[in-house]
Amino acid sequence: MWLAFWLIIPTLVAIGITAFYPLGQTIYDSFFKWSLRPGFQREFVGLQNYINLFQDPRFLQALWNTIYFTFFSVLIEFLLGLATALVLNADFKLRGLVRAAVLIPWAIPTAVSSQMWKWMYNDQYGVISLMLYNLGILSEGTPILGTPGIAMSAIIAVDVWKTTPFVALLLLAGLQIIPNELYEAARIDGASMWKQFTSITLPVLRPTIGVTLIFRTLDALRVFDVVYIMTQGAVGTETLAVYNRSLLMDNIFSPRGLFGYGSALSVVIFLIIGVFTVIYMRSLNIKLD
Amino acid sequence: MKWGMRTKKNTQKTFLYIIVILMVIFYVFPFYWAIKSSFTSDQYLFTKNITLLPQGFTFENYVKVFTERPFGLNILNSVIVAGATTIFSIIVGSFAAYAIARLKIPGKAALMMLILAVSMFPQVSILGGLFQLLRRMGLINTYLGLIIPYIALNLPLTTWILQNFFRELPKEIEESAYIDGCSKFETLWRIVLPLSAPGLVTTGLLTFIQAWNEFLFALTFMQTPEKYTVPVAIAMFTGKTFYEVPWGQLMAASVIVTMPLVILVLIFQNRIVQGLTAGSVKG
Repeated sequence: MWLAFWLIIPTLVAIGITAFYPLGQTIYDSFFKWSLRPGFQREFVGLQNYINLFQDPRFLQALWNTIYFTFFSVLIEFLLGLATALVLNADFKLRGLVRAAVLIPWAIPTAVSSQMWKWMYNDQYGVISLMLYNLGILSEGTPILGTPGIAMSAIIAVDVWKTTPFVALLLLAGLQIIPNELYEAARIDGASMWKQFTSITLPVLRPTIGVTLIFRTLDALRVFDVVYIMTQGAVGTETLAVYNRSLLMDNIFSPRGLFGYGSALSVVIFLIIGVFTVIYMRSLNIKLD
Repeated sequence: MKWGMRTKKNTQKTFLYIIVILMVIFYVFPFYWAIKSSFTSDQYLFTKNITLLPQGFTFENYVKVFTERPFGLNILNSVIVAGATTIFSIIVGSFAAYAIARLKIPGKAALMMLILAVSMFPQVSILGGLFQLLRRMGLINTYLGLIIPYIALNLPLTTWILQNFFRELPKEIEESAYIDGCSKFETLWRIVLPLSAPGLVTTGLLTFIQAWNEFLFALTFMQTPEKYTVPVAIAMFTGKTFYEVPWGQLMAASVIVTMPLVILVLIFQNRIVQGLTAGSVKG
C-alpha cells in the first residue's frame, strides 16, 4: 500500500506541476485584463474576455477553419488509411518492407515534413506546382500556399500524408484480429468481395474505427505545427491553436492586456477538446481492475 | 474453367501489386524528393526542369548546413532534451505503471483516468500558464525548461503502455521472488524491469520520437538559435535575407534529422506498431 503510494507519487507530482497547475493558472488569467508587461495592473473583467471572444471575427474564422481542417483531414485519412490497411493485410511479397516504408511519413517530424512539402509547393521550382501547371490544373505561377482555399487544401494534403500511416496501422491491428475462417466460410457461401467487406470486415472493425476517428479528431482539432510553418495562418488557414499562440506570445507584453484574452481562448480550446476526450474515454471502455 | 480461374487470380494479383506500388510512391516520394534535392547543386535546383535523379550531384549542401549555421548545436540540443526526457519518463513511468498493474491502490480507476486525461490536454491550452511558471523559475531558454514539460506530457502514454506490458508478465515469477525474500521494490527493480525490456524499449522509442518531434513548446520556450531544437531550427531556416530560402541546405538538414528516425522505424517497426496500438486501441 505505502509502496504503491511512493511509486505513483512522482508521476502525479510531475503531471500536477506541469499540466494541472498551468491549466489552473490559465483559467484564472482568463478572467483578467492583463499581460506580462512589467507594472501592468491586473484588472478583473469577469466573463468579458469570453464575450469579446465570441464577437471576434478572427476567432470565429479560426473556429471555422479548424472544423473545416478537422473534417476533411480526418475523412480523407480514414478512407486512405482503410485502403492502406486492407492492402497491407493482403498477402504479397515484401510486405514487411512495404509496411515499414508506409511508416516513414509518420516518423518524420511535422516541422520537417512541412518544409519538404513547402519546397514541393514552391511557386517557381516546386515539383508539385510545376506538375499542376503542366497539367493545366493551376495557371502558371499561382502560389499554392498564397492562394485562399488552395492553401488550406495543400495543408490538409500534408497532414493526410503524414498521418494516414498511423490510421492505417491502427486499422490494420483491428483487421488482424479477424479470423480467416470467417472469410473462408463466406467464400464457400459464394459471398462477393464487397459482400465480405460489408458484412464481415466493417462490423468487426467498428470499435477500432470509432476509437481511431475520435483519436484523430482530437489531434486535428489542436493542429498547430503544419499550419504555422506552411502559412503562419495567412490566406484563411489560421486555426484555433495558431491564433491562440499568436494572441499569447505576440502580445505577451502588450499594453492592451491581451494575455488574459488569449487565456480565454486557451480555456475554450480546452473545453472543446475536453468534450471529445470524454467521448473517447467512454468508447475506450477501459479495464482498470 | 480452370484457366478462367487462374487468369482471374492473376489479374487480381497484378492489380494488387499496382496498388502496392502506387501506395509506396505516395508515402515515399516526398522523402525521396528531399533526398534528391539535397544532393542537387543550386544551379540545377532552381530550374523548371524536373528530373528524377539529382543533376550536378554535390555534397555542398550537407557541408554548408554545419558550417553556415549552428545546426550541429541544434542536433545536440535535441539529443540532450529527447534523451533526458526518455530516460526520466521511463524510470518514473515504470514505477507508476507497476503500481497500477500489480498493487492495490484505492481509487485506481479514477487515478488512471486522471493520468490518461493529461495525454489529451491541448498543449496550447497550458502554454500561457507554463510559460509564466518557467519564467518565474528562470527556466526559459534552458534544457530543463523543455525536459520537465516533456516528461509530464509523455508520462500518461508511458504509464499506460507499460502497465499493459506488466499485466502480461507471469505473476508466478514475481511471487517466487517475493518468497525468496526480495522486497516488492527489489522485485520490481531486479525481476520485473529486466523481464519487460521489450516493453521498455518500445515505450522509450515512442517517447524519444515524440520528444524529438515536439514543436510548439520548443518554439516558445527556446528563444535563441543556439538553443533551438531540430524542429524549430528547421522551421526557422532562412537564408542571408529573409525571403531567400536556401532550399538545398534545408533539404539536407531535413534528411539528416529524418535518417535516424527512418532507420529506427525500419529496425523496430514491429515494436512501434505494437506500442502504438497498445497506446490507443487496447482497452
